[in-house]
Amino acid sequence: MNSLIFYSFAAILLFAAVMVITVRNPVKAALFLVLAFFTSAGIWLMLHAEFLAISLVLVYVGAVLVLFLFVVMMLDIDVAPLKEGFARYLPLGILVAALIVVEMITVLNAPAFDIPAPAVVEESNTRQLGRLLYTVYVYPFEIASVILTVAIVAAITLTLRQHSRKLQDIGKQVAVRREDRVRLVNLRKKQDEGEEKP
Amino acid sequence: MDILLEHILPTLFKILLIVGPLMLAVAYLTYAERKVIGYIQTRIGPNRVGPWGLLQPIADGLKLLMKEVIFPARSNLYLFLIAPVLAIGPALAAWAVIPFDAGLVLADINAGLLYVLAITSMSVYGVVIAGWASNSRYAFLGGLRSAAQVVSYEIAMGFALVGVLVAAGSLNLSEIVLAQQGGILHWYWLPLLPLFVVYFVSGVAETNRAPFDIAEGESEIVAGFHVEYSGMAFAIFFLAEYADMILISILAATLFMGGWLSPFEGIPVLEGLFSWVPGLIWLLAKTAFFLFIYLWLRATFPRYRYDQIMRLGWKVFIPVTLVWLVIISIAQVMDIGPWFTETAAFAAGGA
Repeated sequence: MNSLIFYSFAAILLFAAVMVITVRNPVKAALFLVLAFFTSAGIWLMLHAEFLAISLVLVYVGAVLVLFLFVVMMLDIDVAPLKEGFARYLPLGILVAALIVVEMITVLNAPAFDIPAPAVVEESNTRQLGRLLYTVYVYPFEIASVILTVAIVAAITLTLRQHSRKLQDIGKQVAVRREDRVRLVNLRKKQDEGEEKP
Repeated sequence: MDILLEHILPTLFKILLIVGPLMLAVAYLTYAERKVIGYIQTRIGPNRVGPWGLLQPIADGLKLLMKEVIFPARSNLYLFLIAPVLAIGPALAAWAVIPFDAGLVLADINAGLLYVLAITSMSVYGVVIAGWASNSRYAFLGGLRSAAQVVSYEIAMGFALVGVLVAAGSLNLSEIVLAQQGGILHWYWLPLLPLFVVYFVSGVAETNRAPFDIAEGESEIVAGFHVEYSGMAFAIFFLAEYADMILISILAATLFMGGWLSPFEGIPVLEGLFSWVPGLIWLLAKTAFFLFIYLWLRATFPRYRYDQIMRLGWKVFIPVTLVWLVIISIAQVMDIGPWFTETAAFAAGGA
């Protein structure tokens, strides 16, 4: 039963991954990427990595790809010019793909990845992961988060151009009272004055 | 065959037990919405179909079923049809981990809270794809607005939920409810009050409801993302939106209002008097309270301006949740206050 589920998930994953690069419409490609992430989350779930699987859905499907889709939708990409370079870049593409395959084989054969069958533990997966992250790997974990924070600050600084922006001071907007904007004019009095003149 | 009889059929039956009443609740939530807003605006609301207008939602449903589904010219037909499905799917799937009473839950998984967060974060796809596939400027604007808004408020919502799991020491929704035991003052609405407010307001924004309904914004972009939808395709978006509202309400009740626990726990006479009430009733009563707030908000506030929504999400809610997270983490570690001293789950697991 388990292998049946695995193979159907794997087949969907491969199908979605191939569709991502072959489908003509970029929005559809992004959606196939969503499907690919979702099915790989399903496969992770079968390895009892529930925390990682759900985080994959939460972070990539729920946030990153929404922004991706957001950008892709705004671009009105003409598909034909994109396809033109396909044959020209093919040798380079094959080279990169071969390199990645070799790298994957060497890395996955390394002793660090020599993990026995997934151990089924009674304790919650999340709790185990949390304990490891905050004890054994606390420094790498904290350093990674600091690097990410620096990246966020850098990205914001790059896009922030104070000079050309029209800023609204929300505090001022909220503090506005009726007296600041509305001037009551006594029309009757003016009318009377006007009638007297001629 | 054994698998079919022992696992699949009972699970399907349980799913029916959840989805059936949920659909009925959605139908009558639309009725309640029109009635409540009617009375708030000194009108009567629907009162023609059946006694007190009670058959109105059924009549509305029938009407939508009979209507023709129109496909706009040069729209992307496949995506146009899949969008409502993507909207309703997550809205229903998230219900799998909601505990209705002690032990009364379809899937009692360890990472329940995370699952809910992940599944609800997917509900934005329905809106975004509908906006794009319709091949209409208004629908597209609605879809884009919704994507930006939902992604922004998800962060604040996630942080508010992190507060709950720090306090409860568990991601399992049943355990979170049990950690709140000990009467109304022990529920998390009090120690986590800022997070509670942030969670519920973010929930209103996540479901694209007034005053955060810029994705529909009828005064600006006609009907936003579903402007091109008609008949049953439109009805499914409607169902998804209301199912999401009920989901956010039941989650607020579960995470901050003690779930199925009785509000009279620990009060001498009343506790005995109300001990016969099943937990499900308490949970539904709390959910109904939050749903009423949804309708109340819609009848009270005008729509937010787009930049104000973004400012509220990023510059107000996220800092508030971050500060409160630090405070409750300190309270949790130092055993401060009456709420965080007896979290057995946290102590046992951390040993």
